[in-house]
Amino acid sequence: MLPVRYDRVALFASGFIGLLFMLLLPMAVEAFTLLEITIYVIMSLLALSLGFIWGYGGILCFGQAAFFGIGAYSYAIAAINFGDSTGAVLCAVGVPAVFAFALGSFMFYARISDVYLGVITLTVSLILFNLVNSTAGDQYRIGSAPLGGFNGIPSIPTLNVPFSPDLLLSPEQIFQVCVATLLIVYYGLRWLLASHFGRVLVGIRENERRAELLGYDIRRYKLGAFVLGGAIAGLAGCLFANWGAFVSPTVFGLAQSAQIIIWIIVGGLGTLAGPIIGCFLLQWLTAYLGALNLINSNLVLGAILVIFVLGVPAGLVPSILGLVSKFAGRRSDEQNHQPSAVGSTAVRQGPTR
Amino acid sequence: MLGGYAAITATKAGVNIWLSMLVVAPLVVGVIGIAVERCVVRFLYGRMVDTMLATWGLSLLLIGLVTTVFGNTTSGISSPLGSMRVGGYTVSLYTLFIVGVAVAVGTATWIVLKRTRFGLIARGTMQNAGMAAALGVSPPRVYMVTFGIGACLAGLAGGVLAPITGVVPTIGVAYVAKAFITVIGGGAAILTGTLSASVLFGAVNQLATFATTPVLGEVALLLSAIVLIRVLPQGITGRFFRGNL
Amino acid sequence: MSGAEYLIQTSNLGIDFGGVRAVHGVNFSWTEGELRCLIGPNGAGKSTFFKLLTGQLQPTYGWVKVRGRSIAGFQSHEIARLGVGIKTQVPNVFNGLSVRENIWLSASRIKPRYLLEAAVDSVLERLRLGAVRNRLVGELAHGQRQWVELGLVLATEPDLILLDEPAAGMTDDEVERTAELIRVINQRCALIVVEHDMEFIRMIAKTVTVFNRGQVLMEDSCDSVLRDERVRDVYLGKQLHAGLLGTEA
Repeated sequence: MLPVRYDRVALFASGFIGLLFMLLLPMAVEAFTLLEITIYVIMSLLALSLGFIWGYGGILCFGQAAFFGIGAYSYAIAAINFGDSTGAVLCAVGVPAVFAFALGSFMFYARISDVYLGVITLTVSLILFNLVNSTAGDQYRIGSAPLGGFNGIPSIPTLNVPFSPDLLLSPEQIFQVCVATLLIVYYGLRWLLASHFGRVLVGIRENERRAELLGYDIRRYKLGAFVLGGAIAGLAGCLFANWGAFVSPTVFGLAQSAQIIIWIIVGGLGTLAGPIIGCFLLQWLTAYLGALNLINSNLVLGAILVIFVLGVPAGLVPSILGLVSKFAGRRSDEQNHQPSAVGSTAVRQGPTR
Repeated sequence: MLGGYAAITATKAGVNIWLSMLVVAPLVVGVIGIAVERCVVRFLYGRMVDTMLATWGLSLLLIGLVTTVFGNTTSGISSPLGSMRVGGYTVSLYTLFIVGVAVAVGTATWIVLKRTRFGLIARGTMQNAGMAAALGVSPPRVYMVTFGIGACLAGLAGGVLAPITGVVPTIGVAYVAKAFITVIGGGAAILTGTLSASVLFGAVNQLATFATTPVLGEVALLLSAIVLIRVLPQGITGRFFRGNL
Repeated sequence: MSGAEYLIQTSNLGIDFGGVRAVHGVNFSWTEGELRCLIGPNGAGKSTFFKLLTGQLQPTYGWVKVRGRSIAGFQSHEIARLGVGIKTQVPNVFNGLSVRENIWLSASRIKPRYLLEAAVDSVLERLRLGAVRNRLVGELAHGQRQWVELGLVLATEPDLILLDEPAAGMTDDEVERTAELIRVINQRCALIVVEHDMEFIRMIAKTVTVFNRGQVLMEDSCDSVLRDERVRDVYLGKQLHAGLLGTEA
């Protein structure tokens, strides 16, 4: 681990860079590039949600896309019905959170974990996909919003200034909202992880049995983390619906859930920056390969995933940080109170019981 | 998927359709399976999540490869058998053939595992690899062969299904989730577990489809999987039919 | 004596594992300040009994009461909150965290913010782990990890501590240190220790309970037990005939 003061410097530096990014980029690039970068930002928010519950809570959810999708659809339906995006955003965060609460209670209070949890979450996202996919046809509507089935919901009203439905945000402003959201969530999670809740959560990830024997109700902590993860994923879904003014059942798909996992593995499990960086890199790579049309993107992504699982199991961020701290020479004995980016292979095999 | 493509390619190249489905497909995929095991899987034994991730990566890679070679469109071969009338219903003879193949494979697996020397070695290694090694068996060898056989079976399934569904590079994805659910829901026992789980889920699926719509049939299957895992966390054979194969 | 005066009490406690009676008809009680050792040959049911006390297993019949309250159906964390500290047979510690962070997690459940750091330091000092406070527990030697786990237990300031093989895998010096620690701890807490190491037991034990085949064979002072022929026979695997001391057919 880097000594405390390096870590603080890095924290401020990244915040500062993030702010600059948010304010200056719209002026520096053209509209199409800005749109592309916006989607990277939105997806990294999604990656962050899973990176949090998996890397720090030890909860491998194969269906994080479910909350993403629920958030996106909740926003779409609410925005069409309410006419004002303020309430819709609240729905987009609230509905997935409630859903996560229900699903999480079902699983954690039955002490289901590891692979079985993965199977159940995967199954849930498949159920949602199947259900929503079949809702084409006019009889399927919620309020004045048609569900659209595999066609999706087009023409979704986008974000407006709170309580002023006529003042729509421009794409540049939406970009800035997305970056601001990412920054707020990132720093929020860092703060949470340094708090008592966060530290107990990491302890539970390390050794559930021991955390229990110390008197912590692990079910509550996992549920809390799971709900928060679901809410963040829902928020990402809300922004996604805004980005394209369109949403379709593919948001619930297995491919989407798998992609998130790949981003995190490449970026680094057990860190907060890892998922963001992994997402940016791989999304950019996919777009680049698509434009070049030389080599199939599935092939490349698949190869990257295999190589990383076998060769760089910790992911990019921890590996790079490891190299940097070796060059920095001294291994300071001060332990800063940031949760350890523990060897992610240990995280992946599940908590010790 | 690979099995399906192997069968179709062989048939289009002139090989007899039965041969391509029942011989070429399993062989080709078996060989690929062994290669995969040697290059990737064998480093990951014991690391369950990593195995899932790496094999998912492999499947993406293979999908990409096949898309590059064969393209994205559906290829197909026609179903080789006709149909037959049973009372007021028409039943495709090919469907019966598939059932026959499934039964034959199940029986053969049981015989191999229970009655042959190799089967005994495989079961022993599964239960206690260290002890098996102490008795002169090479666990890595056993794992390699069993993985290869598993790949063969998957290839066979793909080949046999090809005439009905037609193949697309992503055809395997639809089955992955269900295969996963069936194996986990079945529990530790190889045959009894997967058999009981697939019977249960299949029945739920078809009954629900019959009563409502195919979509709700799917949903019913998935819901029953969730309930099953919740109620029987060790799978069906964790509680019932214990000690069976 | 009423039930409420006991810290832990069991009555006719038993558990069946599919036909095997792992523990059968055990009656027990511990009071404040006691130090009880549980010994017995392998498979005697000591660890199973231990797990029944800690709520890791639910009994098939009989009951366990902690401070007069039945713990039937209690989750492990609820039992821990009753003031019971538990150290398991295989060390259960937070391997990826430092020694300090381990103790911090434990103490923070009961201590308010402003007393926390001092409490953590005090535990580290008592166990003489100060030198390794910032090292990852996963990197420590086995004996030190056992002490870290002891520290985890102490930091929650329990009234009753259950230790399952605290001296396992330790060097002679470490065993002596551990015995000394336990004697000091016993000044404030009641202790139940499951152990194999006879030397260690001699160092700490006041009363010893001997298990055999899921039942209590005898309960007496350390010396009496270790001199008893039945206990010796049981460890050597000889058959026992009820009522006849030390004779064999």
